[in-house]
Amino acid sequence: MKLVQSYRMRLRRKHAKARAARKGLSLRPVVDRTAQIKPGDILLFSTLRDEHVRLPYFMDYYRRMGVDHFLFVDNDSTDGGGDYLADQPDVSLWHTTGSYRRARFGVDWLNGLQGKYGHGHWTLVVDPDEFFIYPFCDTRPIKALTDWLDGSNVRSFGAMLLDMYPKGRLDAASYRRGQDPLEIVAWFDPGNYMIAKNQKYGNLWIQGGPRARAFFADTPKKAPALNKIPLVKWHRRYAYISSTHMLLPRGLNLVYDEWGGEAASGILLHTKFLDTFVQKAKEEMTRKEHYRASLEYNAYNENMESTPELWCKWSEKYINWRQLEILGLMSKGNWA
Amino acid sequence: MSVGIVMLVHTALGRAEQVARHWSVAGCPLVIHADVSVPNKTYHAFQKSMSDLPNVRFSRRHRCEWGTWGLVAASQSASEMMLKEFPEVRHVYLTSGACLPLRPVQELLDYLAVRPLTDFIESATTADVPWTIGGLDAERFTLRFPFSWRKNRYLFDRYVALQRRIGMKRRIPNGIVPHMGSQWWCLTRQTLSAILSDPERGTYDRYFSKVWIPDESYFQTLARQYSHQIESRSLTLSKFGYQGKPHIFYDDHLQLLRRSDCFVARKIWPQASRLYDAFLTDEAGAMNRTEPNPAKIDRIFAKAVERRTRGRPGLYMQSRFPVESRENGLTSSKYSVFQGFSALFENFEPWLARATGARVHGHIFAPERAEFSDGEVVMNGALPDSAALRDYNPRAFLANLIWNTRGERQCFQFSPRDNQDINWDIAKDPNAQISVISGAWSVPLFKSNQDFADIRRDAALLQQIESKHLEILRSSWTKARVRIWTMAEFIEAPIEPLQTIIDDIAPHTTQRGLSEVPKMIDLTGFGQFLQNLKNQGMHPYLMGNFPVSHDLQDTRKNARKPYLVR
Repeated sequence: MKLVQSYRMRLRRKHAKARAARKGLSLRPVVDRTAQIKPGDILLFSTLRDEHVRLPYFMDYYRRMGVDHFLFVDNDSTDGGGDYLADQPDVSLWHTTGSYRRARFGVDWLNGLQGKYGHGHWTLVVDPDEFFIYPFCDTRPIKALTDWLDGSNVRSFGAMLLDMYPKGRLDAASYRRGQDPLEIVAWFDPGNYMIAKNQKYGNLWIQGGPRARAFFADTPKKAPALNKIPLVKWHRRYAYISSTHMLLPRGLNLVYDEWGGEAASGILLHTKFLDTFVQKAKEEMTRKEHYRASLEYNAYNENMESTPELWCKWSEKYINWRQLEILGLMSKGNWA
Repeated sequence: MSVGIVMLVHTALGRAEQVARHWSVAGCPLVIHADVSVPNKTYHAFQKSMSDLPNVRFSRRHRCEWGTWGLVAASQSASEMMLKEFPEVRHVYLTSGACLPLRPVQELLDYLAVRPLTDFIESATTADVPWTIGGLDAERFTLRFPFSWRKNRYLFDRYVALQRRIGMKRRIPNGIVPHMGSQWWCLTRQTLSAILSDPERGTYDRYFSKVWIPDESYFQTLARQYSHQIESRSLTLSKFGYQGKPHIFYDDHLQLLRRSDCFVARKIWPQASRLYDAFLTDEAGAMNRTEPNPAKIDRIFAKAVERRTRGRPGLYMQSRFPVESRENGLTSSKYSVFQGFSALFENFEPWLARATGARVHGHIFAPERAEFSDGEVVMNGALPDSAALRDYNPRAFLANLIWNTRGERQCFQFSPRDNQDINWDIAKDPNAQISVISGAWSVPLFKSNQDFADIRRDAALLQQIESKHLEILRSSWTKARVRIWTMAEFIEAPIEPLQTIIDDIAPHTTQRGLSEVPKMIDLTGFGQFLQNLKNQGMHPYLMGNFPVSHDLQDTRKNARKPYLVR
């Protein structure tokens, strides 16, 4: 039985790799600076569409963290974000007009690129609205973390998605290029997350937070998944299966401890709920390129009439990683 | 007289060179051993870069894989070279390329100069040390380990199991007593040369080369044979954590290291430039030491290991999701569950809150919504009152509620009308304190204005549910503190149970006796109500024995009559 299951997982992984190869055909290189990549470099992979306004701060944030090279897939942006990225000295850029949904929300494109350029590197896969936080990120570069993970024989590192939101209406403050989005979306839900184990893939399935509270209070099953494993010491045989929520082989999904202890983990600060979201919600309703046919934008559009703000009196204002660690949202594990 | 430094390096040669220069300039001769895995080109460049230093030598290279003999062989050949080439050396200090001297070298020289015959080597018998990687302690010395623990774990484990089964045992040569300890020692010329030139060395080397992790036992054991004076501690600060991995020091540990009062620390992250800059400047910078506080490092690293192995009880999060029975507490602190109390007393919740100072919720598992205290719709942690969200994962809901309100005692009401999916979780939780007045669910029915047929149906259902719940509470798996009274028992003498409950929640607040008692609902006619249920064919039994014809209140009235007449 176990053998059959393992074989099924193997087929699924092969399938994902084959998809990646097929969908990769639609990628057209715009600027290829991958020759600059040195052994041991930390690589960031991301897909984007019309996120120009967010890019300057995003690049700044991850450069400061110590990411050495950025590999982007531009899904047919029309706001000049592609040109901006092409001019950056540490960026390699691909362009595609393919369907985001049919490339399984960008996973197929990135699996292909990671297999080709990420082998043997620590790879970080994040969206332009996600900011990675890890223990001691204010004093230690990301290389310190990956060196420590290497030394501990750990291949993957989990970081839960933490939805950030403003106090007041989402469209009250408008985001300026280059601004730290956390100045606007400074708040989060500290303690309403629900966890179940996915027996098939071995990963945890986490739901909750402001989106479950405000948009899915009556249909919790549909609430978005918040578990993510964005940082992986990549091997060309690995594959993300569903967004960065889970991977194959399954061992990579065991980023948690089951015997009572705490493994080290980080957080992805999700700064989706800027004023740009309101506009996107309208746009995506017609495009239907997002998960479950834009279920979430739908719920948002419906609920925003009655609950125009996500903030509540128990919302917590973000300070730093230590605060998140004390609240129990992330953990230092045995890293000191 | 001086101190010779033996340095074992394998990566980050740039840092190793920096530290080597520091020792060398301070007048300490060095012998450097580089792992065979360092590419020749890199090695020669490394050698060349230090060619300006007169007192640095390079010893024969060995392959140093963790836990193998290579590390001992490397230490041996480097030490031999040290003793031969630098006759003025009195102490030999074994270090690695990731070691960093914290105190000025002169302080170390002075310290050793007044202890010319002392060997600093951590050395304890196997029975007395807690470090056992792979579950091996005394067996390290009696089994054989030809397979690599890191690369061939499967074969390693199989072979150990096989040897255990067939009872294979190695003989320990010449009756030496195996000792273990930190591999970073500082030995005197006398002791070290005695070990290296022992006529029996061949025997010992053959024996130890098959021992598990010989670099932690070879010198530690043999030093006991020759040393005049062993001080069983390492001069190198080296902390081992989870799974025997050494803790690593980063820039943000600067203050901690300044206060550590140790001569040398290991392991330093090669890119921790601030540490290297701060400690390798031989000026006042390094001397600028504050009050030593070495215990703080111990505390911090011990805590880190505890966080990894035990975690925070009652916390469920992305990297802590214990399987059943390994939770180390289903919830983070004590809480109380009351079943039947709010049905029997008019003002139970506000009374309890006043009497104990705890947070008292209503029925947080009610079918309509979670009835948080004071009618709140969102609780600490932004926990919403939605019944759908709660019932989607009731266990997470409860764990969140208790975790989010750490430091404040939580109490809530429960009844057979509520979601029963949580029953086993609460029953198995040692933090739960459950008080049940069985059958009290019938009081709201008794007071209700429904058709009797509906009341009978509801009563039958609720009784069934509560009876199942009581079964759980009385099962052998229950770890909660459970108290169950039948309703009849309870109303006969309500003060005593109430007093016990309050004492449990807030032992210090009430002196003795309750200043105020909650008001019980008027039960006139309740006995008749139960009799009516019986007459309809139902059998209400959970409330205990109530007088059939006349009620409690009636009997009291009857009893008083003669008094009034008199």
